[in-house]
Amino acid sequence: MPIVANASRFSKFGRPTLAWIVGILFFFPIFWMVLTSFKTDADAVKPEHLIFFKPTFDNYLNMTENYDYWRFAKNSVITAVMATVFTLVVGIPCAYAMAFNPSRATKDVLMWMLSTKMLPAAAVLYPMTFITKTAGLFDTHFLIILVLSLINMPIVIWMLFTYFKEIPKDIIEAGQMDGANTWGEITEILVPLAWGGIASTALLCFIFCWNEAYWTVRLTTTDAATLSKLIEGNRAPEGLFFGRLSAVSAAAVGPIVVLGWFCQKQLVQGLTFGAVK
Amino acid sequence: MLMRNALCAATALSLITAGSVSGETLTIAIVNNGHMINMQKVAEAYTAETGVELNWVSLEEGVLREQVTSDTATGGGQYDIINIGMQEAPIWGAAGWIEPLNFSAGYDLDDILPAMRNGLSHDGQLYAAPFYGESSMVMYRKDLADAAGVSISDNDSWDNVKAAAAAMHDPENGIYGACLRGKPGWGDNMAFITTVVNSFGGAWFDADHRPVLDSPEWNAAINFYVDLLGNYGPPGSEGNSFNEILALYNEGKCGMWIDATIAASFLEVDGVAYAQSPNAGNPVGANWLWAWAMAIPAGSPNADASAAFIEWATSKDYVKAVGNHPEFGWGSVPTGQRASTYAIPEFQAAAGFAAAELAAIESAAPGATDLKPYVGVQFAAIPEFPEVGSAVAQEMAAALSGAKSVEDALAASQKAADAIMKEAGYYD
Repeated sequence: MPIVANASRFSKFGRPTLAWIVGILFFFPIFWMVLTSFKTDADAVKPEHLIFFKPTFDNYLNMTENYDYWRFAKNSVITAVMATVFTLVVGIPCAYAMAFNPSRATKDVLMWMLSTKMLPAAAVLYPMTFITKTAGLFDTHFLIILVLSLINMPIVIWMLFTYFKEIPKDIIEAGQMDGANTWGEITEILVPLAWGGIASTALLCFIFCWNEAYWTVRLTTTDAATLSKLIEGNRAPEGLFFGRLSAVSAAAVGPIVVLGWFCQKQLVQGLTFGAVK
Repeated sequence: MLMRNALCAATALSLITAGSVSGETLTIAIVNNGHMINMQKVAEAYTAETGVELNWVSLEEGVLREQVTSDTATGGGQYDIINIGMQEAPIWGAAGWIEPLNFSAGYDLDDILPAMRNGLSHDGQLYAAPFYGESSMVMYRKDLADAAGVSISDNDSWDNVKAAAAAMHDPENGIYGACLRGKPGWGDNMAFITTVVNSFGGAWFDADHRPVLDSPEWNAAINFYVDLLGNYGPPGSEGNSFNEILALYNEGKCGMWIDATIAASFLEVDGVAYAQSPNAGNPVGANWLWAWAMAIPAGSPNADASAAFIEWATSKDYVKAVGNHPEFGWGSVPTGQRASTYAIPEFQAAAGFAAAELAAIESAAPGATDLKPYVGVQFAAIPEFPEVGSAVAQEMAAALSGAKSVEDALAASQKAADAIMKEAGYYD
């Protein structure tokens, strides 16, 4: 009896408290970054101005006047959206095939795809630079879209495969009995049923594309440079100027945070996708 | 259908972007330094006059170096002009990674300060044109020094500097005698520490490139540094570099600060006095030398247009253009590159530190000497130095924080430096 009472007390107070603590821990760096973005560089490192300070928009003005923020933001939107779309267009049929028509090699293929994520990016920096320059693709949107798609393809296929496995094969077979071809099975049956999972996969893929910094910094110069490159370029030789860096970082993560906020429902739906059974 | 549309769109985008580069466009990679950022606006006049479009790419130092080396290794063409520092210029020039620079007679190469010109040359050939240069000097609060009854003179002895720091030190009222770099990094704490070691008669390497960090000079210099900063510096000095100390100084918490001459233009407190860096009784002073310079990577398809732009951006006319620019003015002109800048009355009026800065730069000696058999003041102009310097920097920070004794930190530094130099093939 006391055990039950303790358990319910924990459910009532302990869990929400724990959730709040975890939530605050995760949110605090973002809060602090936004707060710092309204401080001057001098105030940003003064202990007495941790909380109370005279807010300024100078860092944001500096970012738009001296660094062409909107060009970087446009490139981020183009590359992240296109790469996400391309990854899903390829990933959905792949995951479909492996989930509903598995072969003996399916598990190995999945593991192989995941293993490509284990390759250190720096190991292929020079070949990538050489090949993309020779092919005339260096610093193009096409290259960045392709690279982001390939980087995220394994994780997207894995996620979609997991979601699709939750859908009873009988439903797909019923569609086949009704005369649906493969395209119809995917577009008419699979996608509507797995919409939550696909949406959350797309959102995660978009976030990964948006935040990618190794290749987007190194395979671009100006034309396809994304917000990652803008942040990187704001590290001064004299050290880190926290006020202006925070403004650039806040402006870079702002769109993705807003998007995540509006897509909470789809994210939760995707994460609880098993309920479809 | 969706996939086809996506591919078509992606291909179309790449074609649009690929067509945007023409022969009249220069892509310039810069570090995020205030003078460089200002140049983007001042150079609008250059574009208006010549029709040459300028694409600016601001990069972090490490990424800039990495991109330039990979660009050079893969045939070049990514950047037409790059910002490089004094550590790289002679090495990259010798390696053929950057083009030699030859300007017209009107450029007045002799006006470039000799220390800068020598530091950016290899075998007498200039490989990078200085855009902005600096040395280091003592900046101290005259009011505190007067109240404590002490003074700091040019090239004072370290003992006197320490005595002055002790006299001004008043931690109960939030004032610390000496604020110095402690944050680990070859360009952070090691920039300052190396100058202290130089002034004590020490050096990084002997004539065979063997590290000599276990020498009595290093021992004396580091013991002095740890003693000075540990006793009369602000708490947590092992986390302080330029920006952190600048904030402390502007809050009035530092009696003295020995750092880059450029710091003087950021100081907001009244009554700052300047003195040339101290020494320990030998001819080598504790002042460093650094420049951010502009160079043309080997393989640039627009080498002629790039050279023309560099000639303009490092000219006397550019200095005047910044001074007369409505957004900037004479307090914002890049200094440390040309002797003529220091003769401009408007600049002298706007920069009270001008004479001290010029004296510091002119007295810095980057060339190899018997005491220091390599090029560079606060660094050694060899490719391995950043790795050696970074390893030693960690040990020095450990000594400063008290995590290690000075002797242990120096022994570990010697071991690490020896391993790096041996692996690089300087000796067996």
